[in-house]
Amino acid sequence: MAFDEYQKREFKQVGTRPNRPDGVDKVTGRAMYGADMTLPGMLVGRILRSPHAHAKIKSIDASAALALKGVKAVVTGADFARPEDDFLRDVQENCMARGKALYDGHAVAAVAAIDAATAKAALKLIKVDYEILPHVTDVDAAMKAGAPIVQDGRTLENVPAGMSGNVTSHSEFGHGDPAAGFAKADKVVERSFKTAATHQGYIEPHAAVASVTTDGKGELWCCTQGHFFVRTLCAGMLGMEASQLRVTPSEIGGGFGGKTTVFIEPVALMLSKKAGRPVKVVMTRDEVFRATGPTVSTSIDVKIGMTKDGRITAGEAYLRYSGGAFPCGTIDMGGQAAFAAYDLEHVRTYGWNVLTNRPKEAAYRAPGAPQAIYAVESVVDELCLALKLDPLDVRLKNAAKKGTKSSYGPTFPDIGLVATLEAAHKHPHYTAPLGPNQARGLSCGFWFNFGGNTCVSLNVNTDGTVGITEGNPDIGGSRASVSLMAAEELGIPYEQIRTIVADTNSLGYNDVTDGSRVTFAVGLATIKAARDAVRKMCQRAAKIWDIDEEAVEWKDGAAVPAGPNAGKFPPMTLAEIAADSFATGGPIAGHHEVNVDGAGVSFGVHLVDVEVDKDTGATKVLRYTIFQDAGKAVHPDYVEGQMQGGAVQGIGWALNEEYIYGKDGRLQNAGFLDYRIPVASDLPPIETVILEIPNPGHPYGVRGVGETPIVPPLAAISNAVSRAIGTRMCELPMSPPRILKAIGTTA
Amino acid sequence: MVKVLLWGSLRSAADGRTEVEVDARNFRQLLDGLKAAYPGLAPQIERGVSMSLNGVIYREAWFTEIPPDAEVVLMPYMTGG
Repeated sequence: MAFDEYQKREFKQVGTRPNRPDGVDKVTGRAMYGADMTLPGMLVGRILRSPHAHAKIKSIDASAALALKGVKAVVTGADFARPEDDFLRDVQENCMARGKALYDGHAVAAVAAIDAATAKAALKLIKVDYEILPHVTDVDAAMKAGAPIVQDGRTLENVPAGMSGNVTSHSEFGHGDPAAGFAKADKVVERSFKTAATHQGYIEPHAAVASVTTDGKGELWCCTQGHFFVRTLCAGMLGMEASQLRVTPSEIGGGFGGKTTVFIEPVALMLSKKAGRPVKVVMTRDEVFRATGPTVSTSIDVKIGMTKDGRITAGEAYLRYSGGAFPCGTIDMGGQAAFAAYDLEHVRTYGWNVLTNRPKEAAYRAPGAPQAIYAVESVVDELCLALKLDPLDVRLKNAAKKGTKSSYGPTFPDIGLVATLEAAHKHPHYTAPLGPNQARGLSCGFWFNFGGNTCVSLNVNTDGTVGITEGNPDIGGSRASVSLMAAEELGIPYEQIRTIVADTNSLGYNDVTDGSRVTFAVGLATIKAARDAVRKMCQRAAKIWDIDEEAVEWKDGAAVPAGPNAGKFPPMTLAEIAADSFATGGPIAGHHEVNVDGAGVSFGVHLVDVEVDKDTGATKVLRYTIFQDAGKAVHPDYVEGQMQGGAVQGIGWALNEEYIYGKDGRLQNAGFLDYRIPVASDLPPIETVILEIPNPGHPYGVRGVGETPIVPPLAAISNAVSRAIGTRMCELPMSPPRILKAIGTTA
Repeated sequence: MVKVLLWGSLRSAADGRTEVEVDARNFRQLLDGLKAAYPGLAPQIERGVSMSLNGVIYREAWFTEIPPDAEVVLMPYMTGG
């Protein structure tokens, strides 16, 4: 039986909404987050950051800081060996500059001291001699001839000759002949768009406690989306063996992709190594904004042709992304995702990644897709308006479906886009009346979804309960979902299972909690681990009954004879088998280790109503409805939470959030007072409609759901605002000044 | 022989073609074959690629068998958030 393939079944526990196992700890303040860990003799680590957007570091004199009473260690880039691997070197040099400061906030030195006041005083005593260099923070400016070069020699072989040295990579996707397609169109629209860099905006700042002993063993506690990857990165930077560095993840107060790498962890380890004592480093919010990864900032041109009856004849996009001061592959995902929702004969995207003096990009839910799809969906909406066509009808007419050759190459298997569009069409939201200055927008969204390396251990306790050990930090409720899938498979109550996230020494390698992978991949491994345990329990029952193993099967939480020829025995429950396990062969456990593939792509459709105050330029979101294919919603509360959370983040991205740089290249709004994320009073109730079109690559049909919801909001809201004010908005965020400017232009 | 669809910007490393043929029964043989036949593809393959087999995306799966007449698409290595 191919257990990783979907088998239709009636679920008894999957699909229910039990209480989350971490709920009590979180509402009572007992949950241990990154900053909560404390060790005896622990020092306080603080980081000195560049005040310049681009500067040569001529020298660093830390002698006065080291002489200050209470200072135990100082670390600079010179303390780290230079990795040969480009990727690791970039991550390391982002954690601690070497030779040049590449953006405002780039770390240049760190201290460990007996308390925060001493550490802060010591930072002021470190003398850094900078030679200020010209800087560039705008992606288009960075591509021009004569732009300041952020890093020399980072251009890949795929970049055409003659481009700026800031262009690090180029990609092209698509098929057909767009020029021939445009020739068949009744209407062609070309537009240029810009999107600002936005931060993931997680509430918990980065925090780490490191302890390195004189015999070379290391312990690291940190808030992260992937502690195995943290181990890989930090061990590489510090020259440690993986077995000697144990990393334990804390609870995590949001990540959204931004905690898939390291910023302070190797610095804390190096400080501890030099000081010989544990060191805690906790970022301030200012540091989070200035020195951890926001999204790419982008500049995008889109051209789409359409016939009078709404058939798209061709699509073309030119995408310029900047992932900050280091090379970044997000452009590839943007280029592939841009037209993924459409069945097109002629489509092409061209992408370039460009260096700027901004912090190194970190992943942010569906990296690269929201920006590209925002631009494409905006032009589709403009064509619908120009040709007086219903925007949902046009999307249905052109929707990708099973058998469509996707814009990025593969032919789609079963996908759920048409079903989500049809659900949106039938929903009362789509035809609800609108008032003055109000309008409705919609957008499709798409994300690839991934599986990845996963290990799960499932231990059957002698009292009939079960403990599960997995290796992916729980950001969105995965411990509950994993327990539910195990309960379903074993046939015991959810409440009898406890799932924990273990450290790096307790399991084999687990990929980061990203790519919408955990419920899909850890769920699959959990189901297989449960089946491994079931097989062993059936073996024990067979021994007790003195019959062949093949004559026993598992049903409703118990071993039973497989048929009348197996003999007559009453069901032997999991608890009964577990109670006798010491006498029948020892402890019972199930395991599964796998690199999971077959995640299955995901589509969503968002509908939004807005009202624009034409005097102030302020936009109010009135109503929001999300339609998304989840494959199978294991714990529907968490699926809805992902959908609603994506919409909320998207509302902020569309209307307010942006990195604002001054002429000096310094970030002007590094705090939540000036970088405005949505709060509850900004938001309407967000309705969710979950569709369940089973993913054939998962035993329960599960698809990842975490990233797709961030993709449609940008275009859906922009389309609504554009319709409300009667002019096309082409830049994000649509902050009040930009809307007033657009209204003024129209007037 | 397996037909492999390349993305457009790899064309210059594959004699101007975006569809090439390689003798391979699994992904590892396919990647080795691509590097041998088109050395210009080696830097990208070593940086990381994903592959789609009949519409299902694989990131690392050397020994995934490629059935006859399968649709195989080379893609950049995918990451998420």
